[in-house]
Amino acid sequence: MSGPLQLEVSDLRVQIAGQHGVVRPIDGVSFEIAPGEAVGLVGESGSGKSLTLRSILGLLPPEATVTSGKVVFNGTDLTQLSQARLNKVRGRRIAMIFQEPMSALNPVMRVGNQIAEGPRIHLGMSRAQSVARAVDLMRRVGIPDPERRFRAFPHEFSGGMRQRVMIAMALSCDPELILCDEPTTALDVTIQDQILRLLAQLCQESGTSLMFVTHDLPVVAQVCHKVAVMYAGRIVERGTVSQVFSRPMHPYTLGLLRSAPDVDRPDQSLVPIPGSPPSLIAPPSGCRFHPRCKFAEEDCKVSEPPLRLLDAGRATACLHYEQCLDQIGADT
Amino acid sequence: MSAVSATQAPAPVPVPAARARRRRARWYRQPTLLVGLTLLAVILFMCYGAPLLTSFNPDTQNLEEPLARIGQYGHLLGTDQEGRDTWARLLYGGQVDLRVAVIAVLFPFVLGTILGSLAGYFGSWVDVIVMRLIDIVVAFPFFVLVIALVFVLGTGEKSIYIAITAVGWVSYARITRGEITVAKRQEYVLAAQSGGLSSLRIIGRHLLPNVITQSIVYAMSDIVQNMLAIVTLSYLGLGIQPPTPDWGTMISAGQNFLTTQWQLTTIPGLAVVLTGLSLSLIGDGLADLLRPGTS
Repeated sequence: MSGPLQLEVSDLRVQIAGQHGVVRPIDGVSFEIAPGEAVGLVGESGSGKSLTLRSILGLLPPEATVTSGKVVFNGTDLTQLSQARLNKVRGRRIAMIFQEPMSALNPVMRVGNQIAEGPRIHLGMSRAQSVARAVDLMRRVGIPDPERRFRAFPHEFSGGMRQRVMIAMALSCDPELILCDEPTTALDVTIQDQILRLLAQLCQESGTSLMFVTHDLPVVAQVCHKVAVMYAGRIVERGTVSQVFSRPMHPYTLGLLRSAPDVDRPDQSLVPIPGSPPSLIAPPSGCRFHPRCKFAEEDCKVSEPPLRLLDAGRATACLHYEQCLDQIGADT
Repeated sequence: MSAVSATQAPAPVPVPAARARRRRARWYRQPTLLVGLTLLAVILFMCYGAPLLTSFNPDTQNLEEPLARIGQYGHLLGTDQEGRDTWARLLYGGQVDLRVAVIAVLFPFVLGTILGSLAGYFGSWVDVIVMRLIDIVVAFPFFVLVIALVFVLGTGEKSIYIAITAVGWVSYARITRGEITVAKRQEYVLAAQSGGLSSLRIIGRHLLPNVITQSIVYAMSDIVQNMLAIVTLSYLGLGIQPPTPDWGTMISAGQNFLTTQWQLTTIPGLAVVLTGLSLSLIGDGLADLLRPGTS
C-alpha cells in the first residue's frame, strides 16, 4: 500500500425504494484501487457488485440513489460532481466495458464510428484523426483488416470480435481506470481466455488500472492482483488473490471456492453453498451469511460483524474466520 | 457416409453479403408497396407532367365555353362554370395538394420527434409537460382543431402549415416517446452514458436512428390525412384560395352542377381517393419492410 490511491470507495450505500419497501442493494461498501492495479469484485447474482460498479460513474438506474459514502477518484469525490463534470470523467478517465457485447453496441452505427466517437468528443480530435485512431485501436485489439471492418455494423461481428470493439472503445481515450462488468460471461471459454489476456496485456502496457466484476473465480485468478468478495450488499472479505484463494478467511469465500471446479484438483467433489441469497428487503440479523453458514454460532446472529482489517492488507467480516482456516487445514 | 460428408461440408456463405442481398431483394417483393409506389408514380407523373398531358392553362377562363360536357370543344373532362378546362385544373391542382401535404408532414414530424424524444429520455417533469400538452391537443378532434386554427389564423398555405403542425406533432411525439422509453433501457445507451456523451448526443446519434422508422412509417399515413385536411379546408373555403386550382375547391365549386356535370365533383374526389390509397399502400408496405424481425 504505497503511493496515492487512484480510486477509494468508502462506506458506499445505495437504496432503492420499491413497492415492497426499501431495498439496500449496497450497504456500506469500501475498497480501494492503486494505480496500475487490477482488482476483482466477486459475488453471486444480486450481491450488488454490478451496481457498485455503476455507482462509481454515477450511472445508477433512476429508482436507485446513493444515500451515503464517497467515491474518491484521484482526489475528487465523484458523487459530488455535476452531470457535466462527470461527463468529462466518463469515458475519458474512467471507461467501462459491459457484459453483453451484443447489446452494448449501437446496432445501427458503424463500429468504427462508435470507437471514434470518444476521441472526437473528449480529446478534441478531428474526424480524420479520430478515424485513424479508431483503425489503430482496432488493430491493437486484434481485429483483422481494420480499415475495412471500420465500416461494418455490430451484427456483422462475432461475440468475441464485438467484445474487442468494446475494449477498443474503452481504451480510445487512454483512461486511467477501466471498469469491467462481467466482460467475458457471454463468451465461449476459449474466446474468454483470449479476451482476458488481451485486456490484461493492454492494461499492463498502458499502466491502466482495472476493476473487474465477475462471479467467475478463475477469471479473477487470471487477471487480478487483489480481490474483494461481496455478499448481500457488503464486502465480506478482501485481500490479494493468492491469499484469498489459498487461505479464505470467510465461510462464504470458502463456499465459493468449493463450489467451483479446480483444475489442479479434478478429483475434488464440488460442494454447493446451501440455501439461497437472502432477501434484501428483510436481511437476516447479525452476519448476513449466518443462515447458510456451517460455522455459525450464537453471536453471529446478534451483531453485524464489521470488516476487520488484518495484517498484509487482508480484511474479513467473519467473527470466526479461524474455523475456515482450520477447515482448509483439515482438508489438505 | 455420403450424407454425413454432405452435412459436414456446408458452403461457407459470408453472412453480411447474404443479408444485404436479402434486403435488396425484399422491397420489390412487397406487393402492397409495389402497387402503392406504382400508383403514386403515375399520379406524380400526371400532376408534374401536366404540360405534356394538356395544352390548356388551368387558370384561363373562357366565358364562351362554360360548363362544357366531356369531350366538348376539345376539353377532355369538359369545363367548369368559368370555362376553365377541368382536366388541366385536375392535374395542376394535384401539384398544389401534393406539395402542401408533403411539406405539412415535415414540420409536425420534426417538432413531435424532438418533444417526444426529450420526454421519453428525460422522463420526470419534461415528460409530464409534454404529455399534458398532448392531452390538451387530443382532447379535440383533429379536423375541428385544424379548422378552428385556420379560421383564426386566416386562410392560405402558411396557416395550413401552422395549424397542421400545432395538431399533428402529437402523434409523432407519442410514437417517439414510447419507442425511446423502451430503447433507453438498452445497454448501448448505458455504454454511451459511461462514455461521457451528452444527453443530446445520445438522443440524436444513438437513440433516434434506432427508433425513427416507426415515425417514418406513420408519416406516410399522415400525408394521407394532411391531404384530406387540405382538401377539406379548401372545400370549406379556408384552404387554397381561388384561382389557384386545387381538388377541394373543385369539388366544392362543382357540386352545384352535380346533376348535369357530375365529372366536376366526382373526378377530383376520385383523385383524392386514389392518391390516399397509394400513400396508404406505401405506408403499409414500408411498415412490413422496416419492422424488425419480419420478412
